[in-house]
Amino acid sequence: MTTREQISLMSHLMRRAGFGAPISEVEDRVTKGYEETVEELLNPADQEPLDEDLLYRYFPNYEGGMAPNQAQAQWIYRMINTKRPLEEKMVLFWHQLFATGNSKIDNPPELTQQIAMFRNHALGDFPALLVELAKNPAMIYWLDNNGNHKGSINENWGRELLELFSMGVGNYSEEDIKEASRAFTGWTIAPKIPRLPLGRFYWDFEYKPEDHDSADKTFLGVTGDFNGQDIIDIVVKQPATGRFLCRHLYNFFVADEPQVPSWNITPPTDPAAIDVLERTYHDSSYNVASVLRVLFNSDFFKNARFKHVKSTAELVVGTVRMAQGLSGPQVGYQSVADECTYQGQELLNPPSVESWHTGEEWIDGGALVRRVNFAAKYFSNTDLEGIRTIIDYIKARGTLSPNEFLDSCLELMGPIELGNSTYQELLKHITEDGDLSWDSSPDTSESERRIGILLAMVSASREYQFA
Amino acid sequence: MTATKKDPVVVILQLSGANDPLNTIVPYTNPYYRDNRPKVGIPEDQVIPINEELGFNPNMGPVQKLYEEGKVAIVHGIGYENSPRSHFRSMDIWHTCEPDKVGTEGWLGKVIRDLDPKGSNVLTGVNFGQGLPRALALRGVPVTSVSDLASYGVLSEIPGISSERERDRMLDLFARIYAPTIGTGPVMDYLSHTGQNVLDGADIIRVAPETYSSSIEYADTPIARSLKSVAQVHLANLGTQIFYTQHGSFDTHFNQLPQHTRLWTDVGRAIGDFYSDLQEHNASDNVIMVLFTEFGRRVKDNGTGTDHGAGGIAFVIGDQVKGGMYNEYPSLKPEHLTQGDLEPNYDFRGFYSTVIERWLGLDPVAVVGGTFEQLSFV
Repeated sequence: MTTREQISLMSHLMRRAGFGAPISEVEDRVTKGYEETVEELLNPADQEPLDEDLLYRYFPNYEGGMAPNQAQAQWIYRMINTKRPLEEKMVLFWHQLFATGNSKIDNPPELTQQIAMFRNHALGDFPALLVELAKNPAMIYWLDNNGNHKGSINENWGRELLELFSMGVGNYSEEDIKEASRAFTGWTIAPKIPRLPLGRFYWDFEYKPEDHDSADKTFLGVTGDFNGQDIIDIVVKQPATGRFLCRHLYNFFVADEPQVPSWNITPPTDPAAIDVLERTYHDSSYNVASVLRVLFNSDFFKNARFKHVKSTAELVVGTVRMAQGLSGPQVGYQSVADECTYQGQELLNPPSVESWHTGEEWIDGGALVRRVNFAAKYFSNTDLEGIRTIIDYIKARGTLSPNEFLDSCLELMGPIELGNSTYQELLKHITEDGDLSWDSSPDTSESERRIGILLAMVSASREYQFA
Repeated sequence: MTATKKDPVVVILQLSGANDPLNTIVPYTNPYYRDNRPKVGIPEDQVIPINEELGFNPNMGPVQKLYEEGKVAIVHGIGYENSPRSHFRSMDIWHTCEPDKVGTEGWLGKVIRDLDPKGSNVLTGVNFGQGLPRALALRGVPVTSVSDLASYGVLSEIPGISSERERDRMLDLFARIYAPTIGTGPVMDYLSHTGQNVLDGADIIRVAPETYSSSIEYADTPIARSLKSVAQVHLANLGTQIFYTQHGSFDTHFNQLPQHTRLWTDVGRAIGDFYSDLQEHNASDNVIMVLFTEFGRRVKDNGTGTDHGAGGIAFVIGDQVKGGMYNEYPSLKPEHLTQGDLEPNYDFRGFYSTVIERWLGLDPVAVVGGTFEQLSFV
C-alpha cells in the first residue's frame, strides 16, 4: 500500500534530483522503491539517451543553432524530455557553478558543446571535470586563457578557478593565483575559422608547449615545474575544495545557504551535513556520484522538503513537466527558453562568471509576476495531458466537498504543503462556488474548469515557489 | 504618493564589469599612458580634448556635449582601500558600502526607506532589468523591478477565466494568500511583501507607456530601452525618485578596443537621447544621472585588453550639476601604482554622501556607514 509519506518523499526527490515528475511517474517510482530510484538516477547510462536526431529532423536549425534561444531551446528540450533527470539537473548545476555566458562567447553552438561536456562528466570524478573545463574552448575564451602567455600572464582563469570553481575566496594568496596562471600558459584555442562568410564554427583546444612557462612554480606551498593538470591535482585535494563543492551541492539540492561570497565568513547552516559530504568527497577520490548517493539517502535531505526556493529553470521546467505541456518534438521550447530569460535566468548567459544569486534572490517583483503568470497559464489549461490526469484522478473520487476538492488538488500537485492561512483562503474561495459535481455534462465541464483555476491559484501561491 | 513632481530624482546607471578609466577619460599626453598602453591605447588624434592632458573617449560624443554645456561632473580616482579586484565582491561593496564584511543591505534600499519611511509608494524605487541589484535590496522596503513595462501584472493571462468578475475575485484571493503570516520565516515574509508590492505597483506603472509621447527615437539597444522606460515612468509623475539600470559587460580583458567602442557608443547615445527626451518635456531639472563601475582596470595592457584594476571613474550628469572635473587624476607614475593599478584617492562613500545629502536632502551617515569627504558637484 502506497502511503502519502512515500508519495511526498518521492515527489521531493524528483523535484530536487530532477525537474519534478507528474503524479503517475511518482507512483511508479514509489513502487520501485526510494533507494532503487536513487541508484537509477545515479546511473543515467542505464536509461535510454534522448534521441536528438529526432529533434533535429523537426527543427534542423537547432543543430548548431546560432541564435542563443535556439541553443537554449535545445537544452530545455532535454530538461523536459530526458529519461535521465539527475544527469540533466547536474548539467544545470555545473552551468551555474562554472557560469559561462554568451554575452562574451557569442557562439551558442560552442556553449552547447560545453553543456554536452558537463553532461559527459555530470556525475563523474571532479578532477577529470576540472581538466575538461580547463581545456574547454568556451571557458578558455570566457576567462581569457588564450591571452595567458609565458612571460605575460592573464590571471583571469587562474583566479576564478580558485575563487569560484574550487576553493573559494580566502583560501589562497594573490601569489598562488599568479603561479596557477603561469601553470596554465600554453592552454589555448587553435586559430578560429573566421565567422564570415559561412557562419560560426566549433573551436578546438590546443596546447602550445612553446608558450608554456615550464619553470618552477610555488603553488599552495608546493614547488615544482607544474603544468595545469598538476595545479588541478593539488586543488582537488584541498580541504577547502571539498568544503566548497559540498556547500554548493547542499545549496543546490538540499536547502538554501547564504550567498556564495559570504562562505569564507559564514559557516554552513548544517555543518554536520557538510562534514559527511566532505568526508565522502575525499574517501571516494573526489567522485560526485558518491557524494550525491550519501546526500539523497540522508535524513537531512529527506527532511528538507520545501526548504529551497526554486530557481527559474526549476520553476519553469518543473511546471511544464507536471502539466505535461510539451513532450517530444513540437513548437514551444523556444518560448519556454525565453521565459527563463524573462524571469531572470537566461540559460547559457549568466550575468557574470559569479553566476546567479540563489535562494530568495531568484524572486524580485518582476520575476514574481512572471513566475505566477507562467505557472497559472499552464495549470489552468485543462487540455494538457498532465492536467487531464489530475482531473481524471479527481473525477474518479465522485462528488467532492470543497475540503476534499482542495485536498485532492494539493495531493496531486506534489503533494504541496500549504500554510494554514493560504489553505483557509483557498478553501473559502472555492466554498463560495459549492461542491465539485460530475452529475451532468455542464457540471462536468464547469468542474474541470474550476479544477484548472484552483490549480492555477495554488501555483500562484508563495508555497509553490519552494521545492 | 509621497513625492511631488519636482522632488529630486536620481537615475543610477551601473557600468557592469569594470569600465576602463584610462580609455574613458584619456590622459592622452601622458607618456606613461603611451608606455603602458601600446596595444590598448586611444590615439591622440581621436581623443576629444578637455584640456591639454585629458580628453574624452571618441565614442562618448553625447556625454562630451553635455559636458560642454556644464552638466557633467567627472569624478576621478574613485574607489576604496584594498580593492579586491573581484567583480562580485567589489560590486557588493559598492552596493552595500561594506568594504570589510559581507553586507546584505543595499545603500539605495536605505535611501528609499528614508525617502518614503512608511513604504507608501512601491514606485519610489524602480529597477529596470533582470534581477534586483543588491543596492536596492533591503528587507521591508518595496522596490518595483520591471523587465518589460508594457506587460506588468499578475494573473493577466489565464485561459480558463470566465469573466472580469472572476479575475477580480482571483486577484483579491491572490492578495489574501500573500498576506504576511506570523512565524512562517523570513523568505515567506519576503514573498508576502513582494507579492503585495507587485499588486500595488502594477496598476499604477502600466499607465506610464500609455500616456507617453515623444519625438525622440531611441536606438534599439538594451540600454536605450532601459532609459526610455525610465523616461516614461519619470514623465508619468508616479513619484519615483530612485531609478536603477545597468549595462555591460565592460569586462574587457580581451579585444578591448572594439568592445569598448561599442559599449560607449550605445551608452553615450542612450544618455544623450534620454536627456533630450526629458528636456523636450521640461522634466530634466530635477534629475541627476549617476554612472559608476565596480573598479578600474590595470594600467598596463595585456596585449589586447586590460585586467582587473583598482581606482575607477564616475560621472554625474544633470541640469543642476556643477560641471567639471573633481579630484586629481590618479598618477600613472610606476612608483605611485599599487600592484600595477591606479591608487584610488577618493572614497566612493563620500560620492554617495554628496548625492544623498546635497541632492536628496537626507542624512548620509547611516546609509554609507560613516562620514566621508563630500564633493561640490551639486
